[in-house]
Amino acid sequence: MTLAASGIRRELMKGNEAICVGAIAAGCRFYYGYPITPQNDIPEYMAAHLPPIGGMFLQAESEVATINFLLGTSAAGKRVMTSSSGPGISLMQEGLSYMAGMELPAVIVNISRSGPGLGGIAPSQGDYFQAVKGGGHGGYRMPVLAPHSVQEMYSLTMRAFDLSDKYRNPAMILGDAVIGQMKEPFVPTPYLPAVSAEKPWALTGCAGRERRIVKSLYLKDDEIEVHNWKLHRKYAAMQEEEVLYESYCMDGARVVIVAFGTAARVSKTAIQVARREGIPVGMLRPVTLFPFPSREVNEAAGAADAILVIEMNTGQMLEDVRMSTRHHDRIRFLGKPCAIPAPEEILQEIRRLAGEIGARPVRVR
Amino acid sequence: MNHKGKETFPREVFSRPRSLIDVRSHYCPGCHHGIAHRILAETIDRFDVREKTVGVAPVGCAVLMYDYIDVDFTEAPHGRAPAVATGVKRAHPDRFVFTYQGDGDLAAIGTSEIIHAANRGENITVLFINNTTYGMTGGQMAPTTMLGQKTATSPYGREFRNDGYPIKVAELLATIEGTAYSARVATSTPAQIRKAKEAVRKAFDMQIREVGFSLVEFLSTCPTNWGMKPLDAQKRVLGEISGYFPLGVYKERKQADFV
Amino acid sequence: MKGTAPAPTGTIEIDFERCKACELCVPACPKHCIEMGDRINRQGYVAALFARPLDCTGCALCAESCPDVCIRVWR
Repeated sequence: MTLAASGIRRELMKGNEAICVGAIAAGCRFYYGYPITPQNDIPEYMAAHLPPIGGMFLQAESEVATINFLLGTSAAGKRVMTSSSGPGISLMQEGLSYMAGMELPAVIVNISRSGPGLGGIAPSQGDYFQAVKGGGHGGYRMPVLAPHSVQEMYSLTMRAFDLSDKYRNPAMILGDAVIGQMKEPFVPTPYLPAVSAEKPWALTGCAGRERRIVKSLYLKDDEIEVHNWKLHRKYAAMQEEEVLYESYCMDGARVVIVAFGTAARVSKTAIQVARREGIPVGMLRPVTLFPFPSREVNEAAGAADAILVIEMNTGQMLEDVRMSTRHHDRIRFLGKPCAIPAPEEILQEIRRLAGEIGARPVRVR
Repeated sequence: MNHKGKETFPREVFSRPRSLIDVRSHYCPGCHHGIAHRILAETIDRFDVREKTVGVAPVGCAVLMYDYIDVDFTEAPHGRAPAVATGVKRAHPDRFVFTYQGDGDLAAIGTSEIIHAANRGENITVLFINNTTYGMTGGQMAPTTMLGQKTATSPYGREFRNDGYPIKVAELLATIEGTAYSARVATSTPAQIRKAKEAVRKAFDMQIREVGFSLVEFLSTCPTNWGMKPLDAQKRVLGEISGYFPLGVYKERKQADFV
Repeated sequence: MKGTAPAPTGTIEIDFERCKACELCVPACPKHCIEMGDRINRQGYVAALFARPLDCTGCALCAESCPDVCIRVWR
């Protein structure tokens, strides 16, 4: 049965727009942002679509103000989102640290571009460390979701809202210019909330209840130590409960690619060709970059002869892969800083590795 | 201190406002934060908005003000209170939202946030405490530090060639279209305190009538970091400081100029 | 005016333990009813003293000037 015959609606949209559709479906009615390439489709979509449904779009004077608009609206108990790209996300780090400390949920979208500095507008995965290690001060984490399709831009945005509310913590969508600008069909599945809409901590004025304080400052005795352990338990719970990954062609795979986002997308093409050539190659694609699927990576590394980490940077997730397993000698890296790896490049690397491990004789073309 | 007079005069004409929590503050002796806090609490009581108020606390000496003012509160990163207040107010336009910020917070690191909140006509109320120094961090030079004033980071006195001039916030914000009310007050005499209360009432009223952004700048004291006795610090406000930072109402919109 | 013994028209109470001895209330009183005392409170401050209650008018200017809100006034 075709999708059309089944009555399932499909939309043809850019990834950036799918994020907006997902956010609105998840009940987000507040969006704040500041223009930066390559994510401008998001504020433009929200500016057009939020006011007619009673939502709030506000363009801030900077990303510094943006993240603090988010902080205020989140403290007031509303679902709220922003989007930006590397340089803007850097300016938001202060606010993100505060929000993590104050335990405030919000969704932050990074359609990342090349760096460091002004870098360029080419797609990149150079913001991995910043996203997953707690980019601001003080030591904190947030769920980081890495979509590799327009469908996931939609569905992971909804999930990001649930995760951020569940843990009272900011959550990030880490995309890049390719996924953001790419148009492809997706199915706008209905939003099924995974968390309660109740926010018994939200600031609404203290009518009929005790007043509430939302803060990150703890000066007395061991309060800040206690608070840090409380936050840590949340991150540990995320690691236990929220890991998402995709196993792709992992049956009997002796070469295992570990890649996320656009790099994973391109890798799929290369894997299909390689599989047709008879090379036992598969992919473990982290969907959550934090929490990182360490257990799964370790299992894959134990079973495979080679792990090929592919990133659009000079090796960042690579460190998490290394930390996940003892089999460092099996790990290889293919990096394309600020560029999209071509399927042929990946295929070549797969063939070379297959030869190296004896999974397939080297064929010199 | 009880004596027979208390029984003779049964009408209590001055007591702690209800919105001011009955605890001892951490402020230094003679610091005018206490007076500004009390005026704020009195005005919250007067407009009966305690249960619909969300306060935004600053970073600086007043960082713990949520321990004193009995309303819902959020903290804000240094200087970002107007942006945080914007986020709260946009979520709850019918709540009363205020920020309370010092001169380092508002006039240095938070200049961008305050100017753009004012320019949007953000319907919030800002109490700005100008004591010409960074009190909490130990008396460093602020953007409002007077020329020649010695601070921890201007040990030879502020010199305009190096540090520029003290910035006049009430005047600056009055030039911004979105500002509905901008005034500078002091609290160094009972008469000034009365005027300060009137200004804060007007600022509250602007928000309640949805006229737009309102700000009251307080010329405050910092006896500790000025190295002065509290009474001498007040004299400094009455003389040198209000000479450079004139008291007055710099802007007062009569009604909202938007629909 | 000494010796005319005017009748007080109000009275105040200073919270001895809350007082930080900043002295701002002293010149605020137009009738000079307040002076600094000689007893040290638990904070370590020599608190202000309602020294001349008979001159008090209950005008509350002292209370208005007190940053620590430790003065209550009756009239």
